[in-house]
Amino acid sequence: MGGSGSRLSKELLAEYQDLTFLTKQEILLSVHVVLAPHLVDNEQQARSGNEHTGKPIAENTNSSPLSTRAHRRFCELLPQEQRSVEESLLAQVPFEQILSLPELKANPFKERICRVFSTSPTRDSLSFEDFLDLLSVFSDTATPDIKSHYAFRIFDFDDDGTLNREDLSRLVNCLTGEGEDTRLSASEMKQLIDNILEESDIDRDGTINLSEFQHVISRSPDFASSFKIVL
Amino acid sequence: MAQPLAFILDVPETPGDQSQEPSPYDESEVHDSFHQLIQEQSQWVAQEGLELQQREQEATGSGQQTLRRPEDTQSTATLRILASMPSRTIGRSRGAIISQYYSRTVQLRRRSSRPLLGNFVLSARPTLRLYDLELDPTAREEEEKQSLLVKELQSLAVAQRDHMLRGMPLSLAEKRSLREKSRTPMGKWRGQRGGGGLCSCCGRLRYACVLALHSLGLALLSGLQALTPWRYALKRIGGQFGSSVLSYFLFLKTLLAFNALLLLLLVAFIMGPQVAFPPTLPGPAPVCTGLELLTGTGCFTHTVMFYGHYSNATLNQPCGSPLDGSQCTPRAGGLPYNMPLAYLYTVGAGFFITCITLVYSMAHSFGESYRVGSTSGIHAITIFCSWDYKVTQKRASRLQQDNIRTRLKELLAEWQLRQSPRSVCGRLRQAAALGLAWLLCLGTALGCAVAVHVFSEFLIQSPEAAGQEAALLVLPLVVGLLNLGAPYLCRVLAALEPHDSPVLEVYVAICRNLILKLAILGTLCYHWLGRRVAVLQGQCWEEIISEKKLKRRRKPEFDIARNVLELIYGQTLTWLGVLFSPLLPAVQIIKLLLVFYIKKEGEDKIFLINKLHSIYERKEREERSRVGTTEETAAPPALLTEERDD
Repeated sequence: MGGSGSRLSKELLAEYQDLTFLTKQEILLSVHVVLAPHLVDNEQQARSGNEHTGKPIAENTNSSPLSTRAHRRFCELLPQEQRSVEESLLAQVPFEQILSLPELKANPFKERICRVFSTSPTRDSLSFEDFLDLLSVFSDTATPDIKSHYAFRIFDFDDDGTLNREDLSRLVNCLTGEGEDTRLSASEMKQLIDNILEESDIDRDGTINLSEFQHVISRSPDFASSFKIVL
Repeated sequence: MAQPLAFILDVPETPGDQSQEPSPYDESEVHDSFHQLIQEQSQWVAQEGLELQQREQEATGSGQQTLRRPEDTQSTATLRILASMPSRTIGRSRGAIISQYYSRTVQLRRRSSRPLLGNFVLSARPTLRLYDLELDPTAREEEEKQSLLVKELQSLAVAQRDHMLRGMPLSLAEKRSLREKSRTPMGKWRGQRGGGGLCSCCGRLRYACVLALHSLGLALLSGLQALTPWRYALKRIGGQFGSSVLSYFLFLKTLLAFNALLLLLLVAFIMGPQVAFPPTLPGPAPVCTGLELLTGTGCFTHTVMFYGHYSNATLNQPCGSPLDGSQCTPRAGGLPYNMPLAYLYTVGAGFFITCITLVYSMAHSFGESYRVGSTSGIHAITIFCSWDYKVTQKRASRLQQDNIRTRLKELLAEWQLRQSPRSVCGRLRQAAALGLAWLLCLGTALGCAVAVHVFSEFLIQSPEAAGQEAALLVLPLVVGLLNLGAPYLCRVLAALEPHDSPVLEVYVAICRNLILKLAILGTLCYHWLGRRVAVLQGQCWEEIISEKKLKRRRKPEFDIARNVLELIYGQTLTWLGVLFSPLLPAVQIIKLLLVFYIKKEGEDKIFLINKLHSIYERKEREERSRVGTTEETAAPPALLTEERDD
């Protein structure tokens, strides 16, 4: 990774496009969404007299279709800010910022999603590449295989590799709402989990492993279209 | 081979599994460990072979050497061949093997206290178990396994390699490092072919071409995606209301595409030539009044809107002598354009293309959406697959949670009911209720059809009504009212009757609506084509029918199933009307665009109203909870801004 700013971005972009299911616009958009707060300070320091920065970056968030604008901003930023962009690509973004994105804010599984995709040792922050991973798995063109793999990991609340009764009950509570008046009653929950295990636990070990999960998922045509986040 | 075989059967050691015996489902697990065994054996044998060779070089006796060496090489080769036999690798892609090895090394590197997910399946077999990590985490083993994976990747073509990497559930950083490592064969390959200068040039050129094509393909893909109209609007609708409302708007977009195609064909082949060579009018053109937009008659009658105006002769270059209806003598070099043939072929081609496209897309989506055994396991499927991740607003998310909760309760109730089978008496009662409801609905449909018939007969018989333009509006009004009222009646009946499954309820409702609409439409068609044509003379019957079709417009309201049916109904009318008026697709396009924007605005307004309502509710709750204190609740503007961030 070296050379001039524009060549770096093209190579890196092409690499990201090859290794994920995202298009160029989506990658550049996510650069903006995730890295913009880091770059605002650098930009304000470096371009005190420049008219280009009249409009603050924070306005260029998901409220408008901005693939071309994001691209332009990225190119504007890149020549002078090459070093900080490189560093920013490796920077760890804390969960709070990711969880405040509108795409994730209303999702009851948002903490699990962040935790599953995080590769940091303490697993409490996401790097930009982790975020790209997230978007790639949730994109339109990702294969059902990879979606079901990550769905399994998201639903596995205790990270032990199987879905046991505790995981299932927490999953059902996420789906129905956490409030006291929205939860299912204890008997309903027990009946529901019994039915789920009856239907999907093929080897009768009381837990659902990855293959059984994928077998259940393959019977539903809606999974691939509902397991989608569009930035 | 003196060393004892270390057969590692990787039975997972998670707490729940200890009592399990290997079942027939574990066969692939056995394959896997066998494969691993063979690999390790072949490596070990290769090592041993080297050691043996070294030892034999020191020892005397060349006979032993010659005896031993072919054996060793044979056993290594045999093991390698055995390892790649279909019986060892059947049903498993190379990716599964690679990923499996790599995942184990990843976890070794992480050295997490909790065992992480160790296996991911890229094969079709649904019963592979997890692999627990009881391996000794030595760095050398990791390196070996990673190099094995990299070697495997190197043996693939570049595109295949990228494809495989993309489908691996690894993090992006790991994928990038793998890609870097497996990229070196380019240099090696060039080195191997370094003999001929021409060959390396060709290779480099080919590589450059492949790269250029690849980037062109990527650019095209992103360009196409950016071109799709209303992409952002659809995303907002999906985020605010969920996938079901989104599907309505997608259906609308598809209908627009069909109409645009039909319009294009008609304009190019029928309207264009007719506009270029207009026929002479029979008399003075009537004066246009405002009523034409509603009734479609009057000054529109003798325009390109209706086929009655079109010439039924062959169009040529303008003739020397103006004749009406008879053939002109063609000038030398003029191309004759046969209008009747053009009409037949264009309309036929348009319908044919539409039919083929529809059938193809139906087959395609059926193939994608039909799943064997999809009716069983409904509880598991509801829990795992029903959350719509596209939803971005808290209120829509809460709505989804309510829907899921209701659905779960319904499912559990149905399940309870199925556990305790109904008595004969109960079943008879259920059948009687169903039969009564169906009878009433069919009776309603029949009644509507009879009413339309009687009314149209009355309109024909009364001589003064036939002449007035405004009287032509009454019949569509009556039909419109019937279309509004009868489905409500059917819905009320459906609420009263007992049904076992909600899916069946929806199908029954759709059937009843369809029967009703078909009955009314059939009566109207019979009336227009059969009776009125026989009664009225001297007016082109196509014109009359197309006029009637233009009147059938009314404002629909939002309820997904009903609105989808309305769209289908409107499109059916358009397709029927294309036979009589070529501009009907244009009218339908304008109508669909209006519907799109009106519904979008309508949904936004509904959304805003709901948001304000929820703000009000929250405020009420806060006030009630703070009874007794003098603290005031947050000022409404602040609350509003807070909500706006949702």
